[in-house]
Amino acid sequence: MSPPFSRGFHRRHEAERADADRVPPGQYVVNDFPVLSAGPTPHTSLDQWSFTINGAVDEPRTWTWEQFQALPAEEVTRDIHCVTHWSKLGTTWRGVAVDTLLQGIETSAEYVVEFADGGYTTNVPLDDLRDGKAWVAYEFDGEPLESEHGGPARMLVPHLYFWKSAKWVRGLTLSDDDRPGFWEQNGYHNYGDPWREQRYWND
Amino acid sequence: MERLDGNAAAGLLEEVFAREMTTAMETCASCGNEAVVATTHVYMGDIGTVLRCPTCEQVLMTIVHVREELHVDLSGVRRIDLR
Amino acid sequence: MAAPRAGWQSATLRDKRTETDRAATLHLSTDEWPGHRAGQHVDVRLTAEDGYQAQRSYSIASPPEDDGDVALTVERLDDGEVSPYLVDEMAPGDMCELRGPIGGWFVWDADDGGPLLLVGGGSGVVPLMSMLRHRAALHSGVRARLLLSARSLDDALYADELHALDAGDDELDVSITLTRTAPPDWAGYARRVDRSMLEEVAWPAADRPRVYVCGPTPFVESVAAGLVDLGHDAGLVKTERFGATGS
Repeated sequence: MSPPFSRGFHRRHEAERADADRVPPGQYVVNDFPVLSAGPTPHTSLDQWSFTINGAVDEPRTWTWEQFQALPAEEVTRDIHCVTHWSKLGTTWRGVAVDTLLQGIETSAEYVVEFADGGYTTNVPLDDLRDGKAWVAYEFDGEPLESEHGGPARMLVPHLYFWKSAKWVRGLTLSDDDRPGFWEQNGYHNYGDPWREQRYWND
Repeated sequence: MERLDGNAAAGLLEEVFAREMTTAMETCASCGNEAVVATTHVYMGDIGTVLRCPTCEQVLMTIVHVREELHVDLSGVRRIDLR
Repeated sequence: MAAPRAGWQSATLRDKRTETDRAATLHLSTDEWPGHRAGQHVDVRLTAEDGYQAQRSYSIASPPEDDGDVALTVERLDDGEVSPYLVDEMAPGDMCELRGPIGGWFVWDADDGGPLLLVGGGSGVVPLMSMLRHRAALHSGVRARLLLSARSLDDALYADELHALDAGDDELDVSITLTRTAPPDWAGYARRVDRSMLEEVAWPAADRPRVYVCGPTPFVESVAAGLVDLGHDAGLVKTERFGATGS
């Protein structure tokens, strides 16, 4: 038995698929920037902040905020896609490419866990962070990244659903094993390709 | 997105447990503190609902709608006392 | 009589009354409303013709004694999806679905006694109004005080009814604070709720009042902290936080 219709009610955003090349299936385009979180916004001061690459590496590598800011950074413009169906096109960021952070690191690891203040984790294959596919971003739209959007720094991995871009990121743990992160352990897809609509674990 | 409290999750919890849960007392598996479910810290969004311990902020439970199904992780709760 | 599907039942809007420029009270009738307690809420679900659904929670404004319709007071959020439909578009005869009543913590029955302290910020006053209407319907002698915080007098929900209840009941005191604009002849408070206002308005902590605080999260936390600071037992202060997002 179907539920009663509410006359005149419609979704706030009409599902725009005007540009099917740019908007993955089941997504609609927004102009604002919705905030979704699994916990409180951390407030780590810059003098306490650090970024670490550890795990299956010879030696863990850590950068302080000053050291991080001194790394070559780039401005990138990308479309981002949230599993909750909104897409935001042409977002601009400034950050350090993960390729830069991995320079000189030798590893046989195939998987990465992004870890963040507050305990959030998400897993990605290492190859999905390489070759110009991922950044640690600290500016959005020309301004320092706001804390509610993940500042001081967050991951930017735009070819996957945006839960794979950890806010408040503090580092990457490289590993031979794939270790599902927070949402992956709670019903979401292990890989999360928006173009194959990989939202949930059984997709 | 601001934090709410267990009252906001009352309907969802009733969906999961088939009874009123906000008056129940939960024991946090991380810190051992007890709290009325109505006073837990709740983060609700389209992606899922997370209840956190009001003392230590560790995750108590996570509830996700996976299409028609409900995925519930209770591993952050050691015990629930129902009134 | 078939059981409601997964707790949802159809509801029809019977009447809608404007409360303020941005809020209205909807009177919804259902076939199988089981009754409710003051302070509880319902989930409202709307279904569009293409099958799209949206769901939000709203506190019940009517007292348990009104056992016909369920009244919800809804405030329109400008970039909301559901509240603009409910406040501006939905007309008598239109339908939605309700689930509830929901909630067992943030409730007050007259038998619980008092004295009663109710502090509401914006639409946080809605469940508190259900409590006061319940108290009035029973002609209860429980001593009660309400502090309502609103942006302006025009935005203050139920101002006229509260004034009338206050005037007609020696055991009820209503205080209103306006946080953005006040009329030139305003004799009430005109600032955000703070510790000194709570000290003036609240029952002494030694009276061990039952306290209910409802509204946006920052409001609730500030008020609850202020009351605990004044010596109130945290175990007697019940809070319900409303979110503004996604309504």
